[in-house]
Amino acid sequence: MAARPPVVVVLPALLVAGLAALAWALVSGEARADWSSLLAALGGSASFDATVIRELRLPRAVAAYAGGGLLAVAGALMQVLLRNPLADPYVLGVSGGAAVGALGALSIGLSTVVADAAAFTGALAAMLLVFGLARGDGSWTQTRLLLTGVIVAAGCGAVVTLMLSMAHDARVHSMLFWLMGDASAAGRPWPALGLLALAVLACLPLARDLNVLARGDLGARALGVAVDRLRVAIYVLASLLTATAVTMIGTVGFVGLIVPHLVRLAIGNDQRVLLPASALAGGALLVLADTAARLVLSPLQLPVGVLTALIGVPVFLFLLARHYR
Amino acid sequence: MTPGDPKPAPLLEAEALALFAGGRWLCTDLALRLQAGECLAVLGPNGSGKTTLLHTLAGLRDPGAGLIRLQGCGYRERSPRATARLRALLPQIQPEQFSCSVIEAALVGRHPHVGRWAWEGRADIDIAHAALARVGIDRLAHRDVLSLSGGERQRVAIAALLAQQPALYLLDEPLNHLDLRFQIQILELFRALARDGAGVVMVLHDINLAARFADQAILLDGRGGVLAGLAREVLQPGRLADAFGHPLIRAEVDGHAVFVPR
Repeated sequence: MAARPPVVVVLPALLVAGLAALAWALVSGEARADWSSLLAALGGSASFDATVIRELRLPRAVAAYAGGGLLAVAGALMQVLLRNPLADPYVLGVSGGAAVGALGALSIGLSTVVADAAAFTGALAAMLLVFGLARGDGSWTQTRLLLTGVIVAAGCGAVVTLMLSMAHDARVHSMLFWLMGDASAAGRPWPALGLLALAVLACLPLARDLNVLARGDLGARALGVAVDRLRVAIYVLASLLTATAVTMIGTVGFVGLIVPHLVRLAIGNDQRVLLPASALAGGALLVLADTAARLVLSPLQLPVGVLTALIGVPVFLFLLARHYR
Repeated sequence: MTPGDPKPAPLLEAEALALFAGGRWLCTDLALRLQAGECLAVLGPNGSGKTTLLHTLAGLRDPGAGLIRLQGCGYRERSPRATARLRALLPQIQPEQFSCSVIEAALVGRHPHVGRWAWEGRADIDIAHAALARVGIDRLAHRDVLSLSGGERQRVAIAALLAQQPALYLLDEPLNHLDLRFQIQILELFRALARDGAGVVMVLHDINLAARFADQAILLDGRGGVLAGLAREVLQPGRLADAFGHPLIRAEVDGHAVFVPR
């Protein structure tokens, strides 16, 4: 009974929860839609309500879903890679690099499309920088990787602060919203959703290797796991997922840290279930948070990162208290 | 075995082995042959290279010079996975930052036996439960490893090793955290595995237990010198005193050799 967690229950349940969250996101907002207009919109109706749902809410909800899933999977991978339960997708500086790129573009008034490209470039540059520095002398320890990442992230943070303090007042607001995480500007979320599905599929054959790796490098090597290759693979994969998510919805916090822990507390630490479950749960959580961010102070829209923290923290503390009684 | 049979290849064999670490030679020109059924104890002072030797014998680090053969083949001639079905390593320190159940921890030993796309089956779970039972913690099977004591965790790690079902066990301080009763139980367990055809190499700190449970011994002196051979020949008071830098006397109690620091 211990070897096979209740995959057949957990994964479909999370998928259904995600779909329900998406449906709620599509019907909620200033112009409230009912379920029949939702079906009409998805069926291709040309009415005003249907267009709002299809052209505005659907891309945003899908961006939130894909972004949440990407961040949760990246966080779960980083936690195994660094064998540190406090690791999140941003700990190694990928988001810092993205922020430097995006804010650099925004501060000189470039369009959001250019800012997206700059964010992705910045994220990859940070990834390569940390990778190169951490591997410099051939050693590749968790501590060295973590310290290198933290320092690069701190450097990026300083550059971001510098750019904010020097930026034109009119541009600071858009820069701040980007930093706090915002799904409203995401135009083309479908490739990210595809990447999420591909990433989870790519992880599955490696998942038992990750289970072994989580219990120590040396033991994993003795059990026949190609540890160095595996760690490079998950580092690059987690960085790409984070870069994609951050480019699309900004640096939304907490999802990547908390969702893997929530899933772990609920179903255990078997990566074969943890990774797909994190993808589904992260997507569902971020759609809920983004919809709530649109609704609670409507017509004012909050950055979704604030809501993820407000939802995630109490749920996490509750589960933690229950688990370690 | 009838007299006409060729002698099988030794389980583990090293020739002209030299270890280099931290800017110095830990040992040079070490030769050893371990047959199935034998126990070998590795002794030496702190920093003399016991762990380095064990990792090298496990194929996890390249020797400075020399050859190592496991069942007649060098480590490069087998895949890491095939190697993992033949030899198991108990690391000195058990890192445990994530929670998992005791049975899941024991099942980790099945990793090299289960296909990439497969899940552990009924047989694997039975093997893991049997391994837990052999170290006396089957009743903890569904506890979280993080809630266990150091000695219990050490026994979980040993159970994972048993579940791996290798021909050769390489143990780095297997008695860590264990109290007297379990020290003897664990050593008797590995002795029994050796009787059933396994080979055991163990880094030990306790000279008396090494003298009692090992057939062969390797004594590193921390200055690049090494002695290898039958345990009763290597474990002599003068040689031990030279390696450990403290005089010892040998006595016999109840038929067992006992070494007491002077």
